[in-house]
Amino acid sequence: MNDHDHEHPHAAITNGDEPAAAARARALEELLLEKGVIRREDVRAGIDWLVSRSPADGARLVARAWADPEFKARLLADARAAALELGLDPGPSPVVVAVENTDAVHHMVVCTLCSCYPRALLGPPPNWYKSLPYRSRAVSDPRGVLTEFGVELGDDVEVRVLDSTADIRYLVIPRRPAGSEGMSEAELASLVTRDSMIGVSAPQSA
Amino acid sequence: MHDRGGRPTDAPIDRSEHELADWELLTDAVVGTLGRNGLMNVDELRRGIESMPPDEYEHASYYERWLYAIETILGEKGVLAPGELDRRLGK
Amino acid sequence: MTYRVGTRVRVADRPHEGHHRTPGYVKGKTGRVERMHASFTNPETRAYGANGLPAQRLYLVGFAQRDVWPDYRGDARDRIYADVFEHWLEEAE
Repeated sequence: MNDHDHEHPHAAITNGDEPAAAARARALEELLLEKGVIRREDVRAGIDWLVSRSPADGARLVARAWADPEFKARLLADARAAALELGLDPGPSPVVVAVENTDAVHHMVVCTLCSCYPRALLGPPPNWYKSLPYRSRAVSDPRGVLTEFGVELGDDVEVRVLDSTADIRYLVIPRRPAGSEGMSEAELASLVTRDSMIGVSAPQSA
Repeated sequence: MHDRGGRPTDAPIDRSEHELADWELLTDAVVGTLGRNGLMNVDELRRGIESMPPDEYEHASYYERWLYAIETILGEKGVLAPGELDRRLGK
Repeated sequence: MTYRVGTRVRVADRPHEGHHRTPGYVKGKTGRVERMHASFTNPETRAYGANGLPAQRLYLVGFAQRDVWPDYRGDARDRIYADVFEHWLEEAE
């Protein structure tokens, strides 16, 4: 298709502690600033937004859903609206859909084509989520992958893998762990890990 | 190449955590800014990534792929001249 | 053609050289419409600088894992879901 018409190697050549790509990224920003096609303050704002995103936001949604069945119903019906209801930023255009793990059904999320992920609510995806082996195996051997992540499911649990191939971003509401009865919403939120909202781990209350 | 679902592999999943480096955050934010400015949308970004030679795709880190795509797409559009970034880097 | 939830659909198994978002492993496979999402700009044209209009309806399609991977290790009820644009779907018999 569109061949690159210059000839430098793009491979991960490291230069001291930093990959050559770091210098390349900075030179690219500099050129684009000079050309006036981007403004530094917009780039800074983008970085600030990205570093402000964290799984704590998703965890608040899950904790509220655990504590309040009516909120959970609203989260499952329209995750974007539910996030706004808690004052959270659901991010720009991609649509967030929440799915619920139960005694009978376990969801896990992957993006086999690239790295689609609910960044606004969970922060940037972990490296393993973007890695080639996860992208390959999560769809064809999800139970094997779950075992690697330490999740053992019985044969009576149906495994559902969601491949986010387009404009929808999936957020898993993990099962509320036994022993969490009577916990405050903040305590519940502290049990909700990033990986549990991708569907590759299960919250523990101990 | 990019379409990985079900591709046979024995490679383990490296679950080590990685904090994004400054240049990775920068690359991400430059892509977002280019998108908001109408210079490169996310579908073009993905097409640019998918145009990487397979061997480079396999070995590049995540944001190295993004850099490749930015250069490819902005090169097509004439925003970057051929070799301009290399010259800036003194290559 | 709009597909209602519950409809059996087959993903087209056609060559497509350029950018598209239908993963290879579901092409030619038959599944069930689980959700009808909204319509979104078409990545197949937007990836080449066009505006992606007309927008295309997106569906969540669920497949039995054993229909997708013949040697799937796991329960017969296990399912794999992908979001597929309407123009990649046809009604299955």
